[in-house]
Amino acid sequence: MSRPPYLRVENLSVTFHAEPDPIEAVRRISFQVNEGETLAIVGESGCGKSVTALSIMQLLPYPKAFHPHGSIELEGEQILGADDRRLRELRGNSISMIFQEPMTSLNPLHTVEKQVSEVLSLHKGFNRSTASRRTLELLRLVGLQEAESRLQAWPHQLSGGQRQRVMIAMALANEPKLLIADEPTTALDVTVQAQILDLLHELQERLGMAMLLITHDLGVVRKMADRVCVMHEGVIVEDNDKKSIFSHPEHEYTRHLLEAEPTDRNITPCPTAPIVLSAQKISVHFPIQKGVLRRTVDHVRAVNEIDIELREAHTLGIVGESGSGKTTLGLALLRLLKSKGKIRFGESDIQGFGFRDMRPLRRQLQIVFQDPFSSLNPRLSVGQIIEEGLLVHRLGGRRDNRRHMISSILEEVGIEPSWQDRYPHEFSGGQRQRIAIARAMILKPRCVVLDEPTSALDRSVQAQIVDLLRDLQRRHNLSYLFISHDLRVVRAMCDSIIVMRNGKVVEYGQTHQIFEYPRSEYTRALIAAAFELETVEVFP
Amino acid sequence: MSDAQSAHNDFSRPKTRSLVSPLNRRRLANFRSNKRGFWSLWIFLFLFVISLFAEFIANDKPLLVQFRGDVYMPIFESYPETVFGGDFETETEYRDLYVQELIEANGWIVWPLIPYSYDTINYDLPVPAPAPPSSENWLGTDDQARDVVARLLYGFRLSVLFGLILAIVSSILGVIAGAVQGYAGGVTDLIFQRFIEVWSGLPTLFLLIILASIVEPSFILLLGLMLLFSWTALVGVVRAEFLRARNFDYVRAARALGVSNISIMYRHLLPNAMVATLTFLPFILNGSVTTLTALDFLGFGLPPGSPSLGELLSQGKANLQAPWLGFSGFAVLAVMLSLLIFIGEAVRDAFDPRKTLQ
Repeated sequence: MSRPPYLRVENLSVTFHAEPDPIEAVRRISFQVNEGETLAIVGESGCGKSVTALSIMQLLPYPKAFHPHGSIELEGEQILGADDRRLRELRGNSISMIFQEPMTSLNPLHTVEKQVSEVLSLHKGFNRSTASRRTLELLRLVGLQEAESRLQAWPHQLSGGQRQRVMIAMALANEPKLLIADEPTTALDVTVQAQILDLLHELQERLGMAMLLITHDLGVVRKMADRVCVMHEGVIVEDNDKKSIFSHPEHEYTRHLLEAEPTDRNITPCPTAPIVLSAQKISVHFPIQKGVLRRTVDHVRAVNEIDIELREAHTLGIVGESGSGKTTLGLALLRLLKSKGKIRFGESDIQGFGFRDMRPLRRQLQIVFQDPFSSLNPRLSVGQIIEEGLLVHRLGGRRDNRRHMISSILEEVGIEPSWQDRYPHEFSGGQRQRIAIARAMILKPRCVVLDEPTSALDRSVQAQIVDLLRDLQRRHNLSYLFISHDLRVVRAMCDSIIVMRNGKVVEYGQTHQIFEYPRSEYTRALIAAAFELETVEVFP
Repeated sequence: MSDAQSAHNDFSRPKTRSLVSPLNRRRLANFRSNKRGFWSLWIFLFLFVISLFAEFIANDKPLLVQFRGDVYMPIFESYPETVFGGDFETETEYRDLYVQELIEANGWIVWPLIPYSYDTINYDLPVPAPAPPSSENWLGTDDQARDVVARLLYGFRLSVLFGLILAIVSSILGVIAGAVQGYAGGVTDLIFQRFIEVWSGLPTLFLLIILASIVEPSFILLLGLMLLFSWTALVGVVRAEFLRARNFDYVRAARALGVSNISIMYRHLLPNAMVATLTFLPFILNGSVTTLTALDFLGFGLPPGSPSLGELLSQGKANLQAPWLGFSGFAVLAVMLSLLIFIGEAVRDAFDPRKTLQ
């Protein structure tokens, strides 16, 4: 390395003022990014990786946040503590950033053209027609299809992947030397993720940018990075090139991250077990209304004539990209959404059951949601949350007895029983998901719908939750309907899989069969995107 | 990993849950840290409690009379004049000098701090009414020779009580209406929304004026009339809150558990909406007080003779040569409304999720 690094960060700390003690989010980290190189910072949520990225742009909420010591040098120039004017010149010009959430990082009130050309006119002083021409060029560069007609589009008219492309176009507008990508693909579907990563890779090579990639996903790191920094609790625990990190991880935490993949399923339940939940030709249609009189002109066929069959102690996976109707199907099966078709649960035909008829069955038919932060009422204590089901079904008898039951279920899901008087905000994401599972399990259900129970969690926590779910299944003979877009977890959990797309079944079969010999083009594309992060063109 | 460590390791926490959730405790602390709002609340409460005991502070009946060894409490009971050796069977006129002499010959009288009630007419004014402030009438009298301090005290109480009842009842109605609308959604919501739009389009003040000219307005009637139009204030926010929260995962989870709609609304959704409600409440209270004052000022409010701040203001307008009327009315209104606004501000800040849900 003869040339000096483009970005050099030394001994950087970030501290937040807080009551009662200041929070040290980042502690004395040092790293450097060379020209044309991709450095990935990997770590679990809360480890300080996003704070690091924001402190390079100096976009932290100062003065609440401050840097007790450290230096950030850009091409030899000290930018930590530079004045606002200099920073504004740098931001969007020499350093650009793409954010995680493409839904909120574009202004919903401005057209695509306006947002992209704003950057150009600010830093380059382009006039309208030049800016407009350059915007079009950029949109073509990032591979936005039909770029001319998209110029006047509003953000809500674009899909998540398209928005992320627009974000990238904005970031690249001034040909920055350094691109900071903060979890650029986390909010996107697997197939779109692969496309965006490809795009970033290609652009980086073409423009010779340096890239700082912030991610928790080791798959992304493996595909993109040249060098990797592993962060844990505000400290960089390991800094090495990609090959060494993956082949000889030195630090214990890195090894822990690498081993956090869920292991494969090793039990085979009896194939002739009784059917617990089944549905024939189940459909959910949402009307599209048009005109002054709101006439229903058509329907969105969110779920279209799907048959499913779930046997006792089995796990049925439902796989698909967002918008494929898999969550809708789950809610319809639980009769939380109106649907057409036959649903049988155990001995009874529950389609058409009223609230009163459904109530006793609700005990046996439970659901666990994706986001453990929104699925627990923040105003109730953990004990109250779990108790609710017992109260509704008049189970558990007296209060002491109920407390006892709550304690034992908490213990079963791996939460300290004496914590039942705490409130959800005192728990981490993984613990909350355990609590959500406890809420479902205390009723001793026969069948549980798991709606992306691991998607909002860190990789290593995911593996723990998968283990817990499998353990519970074995002990209580549970049937799971496992909804997910994460094929790794699906492979670890499921006996058979339904692949859904646009409300229809694309493929249905045993797990090993689907993964080893996928029959449809779409399934193959999904698997390629999920495991190798490769793009495969699929035509609808 | 983070799973096992991130929660704090205090096992020592007592098993019994305190009544106030940590969220509310933080809100209370936030409210306390806003000194202006906190002190405004105490001053307002102090004034309000004082005014609740207005009868003991400003009254034309003595607190205590001792007459021939017997103790009488004219504030609670009415005694005919004959009890004290007078001539009439009617209730004793304690302010009558003749009666006072009769009693003091055989006992004594304890008067309240201000020996005037809101409707007591001071017949021995040295100057024509309205009389300027003096040692007898601290803030002077109005143009009907009634003591201004006494009228302010009773007027304050009436305004605050009217405002409180109106604000609370209309909030309850508004919350119920908003909750039903937001939770049901769909057609119910649509119809209700259109109805509320039409209803709140009615010119409230004109309607009140027309109605006031048909029927004699009383406290209850006025309250009812104003309630007809003020309940819509909160519907919008509560509806929006319910509409937003009814598809939350924890509401869905409750439905999956088989919890009934009513308990979902009460247990899971109402606390969300209460934040908006409590934040608006002081401002609704302010609005109610101002409306009542405005009606009184125009002469369409409470029946003639009632202690009312609006009526005092209109007297001030009619008697510009007696500035103490306008000034004292203005001062009381200004202080009361400012205190309420300060309290409201502090409550709003205390509920601010950016401060409480860090």
